[in-house]
Amino acid sequence: MANIISDETIDYVGILAKLELSGEEREQAKSDMGRMLDYIDKLGELDTADVEPMSHVFPVQNVFRGDVVTNGDEREALLANAPEQKDGMFVVPKTFE
Amino acid sequence: MAREYETVIGLEVHVELATKTKIFCGCSTAFGAEPNTQICPVCTGMPGSLPVLNRQVLEYAIAVGLATDCEIARYAKFDRKNYFYPDNPQNYQISQLYLPICRNGGVEIQTADGGVKKVGIHEIHMEEDAGKLIHDEWGDCSLVDYNRSGVPLIEIVSEPDMRSAEEVIAYLEKLRLIIQYLGASDCKLQEGSMRADVNLSVREIGTREFGTRTEMKNLNSFKAISRAIEGETERQIDLLESGEKVIQETRRWDDAKGESYAMRSKEDAQDYRYFPDPDLVPIAVSDEMLEEIRAKQPEFRTEKRKRYREEFGIPDYDIEIITASKYMADLFEAAAAICGQPKKVSNWLMGETLRLMKEREVEAEDLRFSPENLAKLITLTDAGTINSSVAKEVFEAMFEENADPEKYVEEKGLKNVNDEGALRKTVEEVIAANPQSVADYRGGKEKAIGFLVGQTMKAMKGKADPAAVNRMLKELL
Repeated sequence: MANIISDETIDYVGILAKLELSGEEREQAKSDMGRMLDYIDKLGELDTADVEPMSHVFPVQNVFRGDVVTNGDEREALLANAPEQKDGMFVVPKTFE
Repeated sequence: MAREYETVIGLEVHVELATKTKIFCGCSTAFGAEPNTQICPVCTGMPGSLPVLNRQVLEYAIAVGLATDCEIARYAKFDRKNYFYPDNPQNYQISQLYLPICRNGGVEIQTADGGVKKVGIHEIHMEEDAGKLIHDEWGDCSLVDYNRSGVPLIEIVSEPDMRSAEEVIAYLEKLRLIIQYLGASDCKLQEGSMRADVNLSVREIGTREFGTRTEMKNLNSFKAISRAIEGETERQIDLLESGEKVIQETRRWDDAKGESYAMRSKEDAQDYRYFPDPDLVPIAVSDEMLEEIRAKQPEFRTEKRKRYREEFGIPDYDIEIITASKYMADLFEAAAAICGQPKKVSNWLMGETLRLMKEREVEAEDLRFSPENLAKLITLTDAGTINSSVAKEVFEAMFEENADPEKYVEEKGLKNVNDEGALRKTVEEVIAANPQSVADYRGGKEKAIGFLVGQTMKAMKGKADPAAVNRMLKELL
């Protein structure tokens, strides 16, 4: 494995991804990520100088909708997905101002 | 010798677009609805939902780009900006990083010394707004209303070209006017349909490198922006003068306290790991689309000024004030078209309207009276149905609650008494009761008639046409 993921890097990725990893999971993730980066390096060996960057996998452009209201009040149905609700709103952990 | 500093400012301006529906779904954007009654699987980030771009958002973004001298991208796409916060149900915001819709523009502003300066626009991109968090006073939790989630925004990123609070305000006013003229947004800072984040650094005059900048948020009026710029400039200079460093961070302005404080670093984890949004297909702007939007561009202020001068013959000063707000200009044109008296419409706007706006601290966009009612008021005054002091009273009622002048005059019994007999009788009584003034007038004191007109108006409780009173007095004297 050419790419070695440091403890700092995996901790930082964990913070960004909101993941809490056990010691074992952490070692596994470090090794998986290293292998992924090796694979990306492998792709880097190809000569892509004359290839246009691809910005989407489908050869489709310009899919639009008109500015017309098509949705009504679906509050009950959508709130039903929430673990907790109050006064017609989604309850979430306290956030600070 | 004390070192001299200059302030370097760039702005990120978010503008809520005036579309009927959200950027990626058919939910209404109407303001003030009950919480979560304008939401669907797309704008609440449900798995498997598919966003589709509202074409009107693209058109508004391009229109603003054209009006601010930008290059319009022929190929644009959306990216996901990752962050975790409960107001953002997808855990990413759909925005544009790699290929934004507009780039390399700018607007001209007037500087304090009367010169003209160009403020560059780095880019304009389209993105979605977040929901609204409400703090629950009673429980140990917060509540989320996603009605605003997915409301379309454009973010206008300036170059760091501004050097003072005055230049920042001039730039914002210019942007606001252009966008209002386009009808792309009402741009109300207080209501959050226009929001500005200020990036600011200081450096010693003559230095070429920029100093370390901070970003300030929560600025919801021009006054708050000015104060925040002055406060932050001072704070950074103090740091440098005492040998400390400015830390690059996001700060929140507390306008009541007049100071800013650093937001917690967690809120400010600036590692968004952008990547292309696979759910949204790229946008290819064709020549036809661009021409179509260009052809729909409205008459902007410069052209309007010219046309007003030629078409209405009102003073330049009036033209400046009226065209400074799209709302005011529309009101003026509509009322002038109905009553055919542009000068009189202009007089009402320049006189009583501005006076009451100043007195009650009302913005042009919040004026309540309709052009129809202003036209009616002018017609009533012209016809001699009411006199000018009554007209002012009626106008105040219009200003307050868009009262219909015809009904108001009828209900309050404010019509001039056009009954010849009644007027003659009152004038005769006034003449009899004021022999001294009568003698003065007859003795050649022309001005004495003014007093008699006043007495007659008073006796008739203001409901007479002063011109008719004057005529009657002269006739009887």
